[in-house]
Amino acid sequence: MTITFAQEEIQQTINMIHKENLDIRTITMGISLLDCSSEDIAKMEKNIYDKITKNAGRLVTVGEQISARYGIPIINKRVSVTPIAIAAAQMNSEEMVRIAKVLNKAAREIGINFIGGFSSLVQKGFTAGDRALIDSIPQALSETEFVCSSVNIGSTKAGINMDAVLKMGKVILQSAQLTADSDGIAAAKLVVFCNAPEDNPFMAGAFHGVGEPDCVINVGVSGPGVVAKVVKEYPEADFSELSNLIKQTSFKITRMGELIGRAASKSLSVPFGIVDLSLAPTPAIGDSVAEILENMGLERCGTHGTTAALALLNDAVKKGGAMASSHVGGLSGAFIPVSEDAGMVRAVEEGALTLDKLEAMTCVCSVGLDMIALPGDVSSETISAIIADEAAIGMINKKTTAVRVIPAIGKKAGDRVEFGGLLGGAPVIAIHPYSSNMFVRRGGRIPAPIISLTN
Amino acid sequence: MAMPQNEASNRAIITVLGRDQIGIIAWVSGRLAEYSVNILDISQTILNEFFTMIMVVDLEPSSIELVDLSVSLEQEGNEKGLQVKVQHEDIFTFMHRI
Repeated sequence: MTITFAQEEIQQTINMIHKENLDIRTITMGISLLDCSSEDIAKMEKNIYDKITKNAGRLVTVGEQISARYGIPIINKRVSVTPIAIAAAQMNSEEMVRIAKVLNKAAREIGINFIGGFSSLVQKGFTAGDRALIDSIPQALSETEFVCSSVNIGSTKAGINMDAVLKMGKVILQSAQLTADSDGIAAAKLVVFCNAPEDNPFMAGAFHGVGEPDCVINVGVSGPGVVAKVVKEYPEADFSELSNLIKQTSFKITRMGELIGRAASKSLSVPFGIVDLSLAPTPAIGDSVAEILENMGLERCGTHGTTAALALLNDAVKKGGAMASSHVGGLSGAFIPVSEDAGMVRAVEEGALTLDKLEAMTCVCSVGLDMIALPGDVSSETISAIIADEAAIGMINKKTTAVRVIPAIGKKAGDRVEFGGLLGGAPVIAIHPYSSNMFVRRGGRIPAPIISLTN
Repeated sequence: MAMPQNEASNRAIITVLGRDQIGIIAWVSGRLAEYSVNILDISQTILNEFFTMIMVVDLEPSSIELVDLSVSLEQEGNEKGLQVKVQHEDIFTFMHRI
């Protein structure tokens, strides 16, 4: 006979979706392009286009059907592909731009929001394909709309490739310069990783790792608003109770991801990979990770105590979420992108949250310095030094860290940039005036740490 | 590959929220009868003139797809100043039952 629900349970689910912005952030289909390789660029373009449109042709329709069936919004439908520097290793940088354009064309054809995987893994060194791809990034991202790029420059096992770090500072700056009239949007589609995960469904860092199956469905949930409300409702709760409340809420949020992932996997006849437990904020009011931290009792996000609050949040989200899903993966932690989180934006505007504090916060959460606008006169070496700091945190702590910063060309600290949509807008943040040039120009690799010797 | 719980089931939860007015239940149940949707359970409360109804229905014998029923009731409800949602029961099962 029918399963009955308490009225409160039904009401709670409805409120989470309609009042607290609970949604499925993304269904991301990972597609291997390893079988698309060809010496002939035209042939390769066709192979890539055909494979993506064939596998993901129904992704958007199925996403919309599932969304209607369960009455929960699915905000983005995305595709991630094999890192192009591997799949198209034989191509030169002009040909890499052509491949970015064919990815863009396929994304437009199937109606998805983003396609990730214009990527390269260079933690230990460069292949010819890696060099070609990295050189092509500024042009590829400024001449396409949907393509996202990521470069992994370090790992706990390999150390940090400082030549790649130096190079990526320049690539980020060039990407912003080429799209200066749209506030450097190309740099917002580019992320530099240490310990990049191979099954991350979130952009800009999604790519389809070489250990993945031919095609897979990964799901990313959202839900900071739901957690913020629970935390607000219990101002007297001590930390043990607070942690339990967040765990229970995170469990419920993640169950939605599990349900949608299974349904999408079945409808598309594609294996279900993972649910990513990340709490992903949006610029919408009430969908903010900063608000959760403030509801815990901080006057403003960024003040003393913020790192501890974030550590508790991140850990409780994982504990609750891990129980709710058969396979958890990707980044799985609270995100702290500045421009995408209204509470973070306010904290920066009011001077409560600085770049240094954000860096400290990335030690205890996923993922890194994300969606942060830097002054337009920032040097590429300073960007490289910011990347090196973040990569060092990831390498030593055996976690993923990333840098997605946007040099705001022609603007200075305190000015505002607008990216629109889910990417939001943010004030330009202040950076240190002192040079790191001599340090980042040394070249070579920072050796893997002693903790990498686990065998 | 694990299947969603109750995948075979075609049961949905209909929720209606809004200011109380005469004939809400008559309207919903009339529409459901038209489409041969079977009502399995119904609960209703009024708090400060605010009407809340939750209905568990079975679409198995019905001539209409869940998504189409949802669109139709939601639009008609809007005209009456009511917020109507039709959702497959699995979303509640997944969230509240282990």
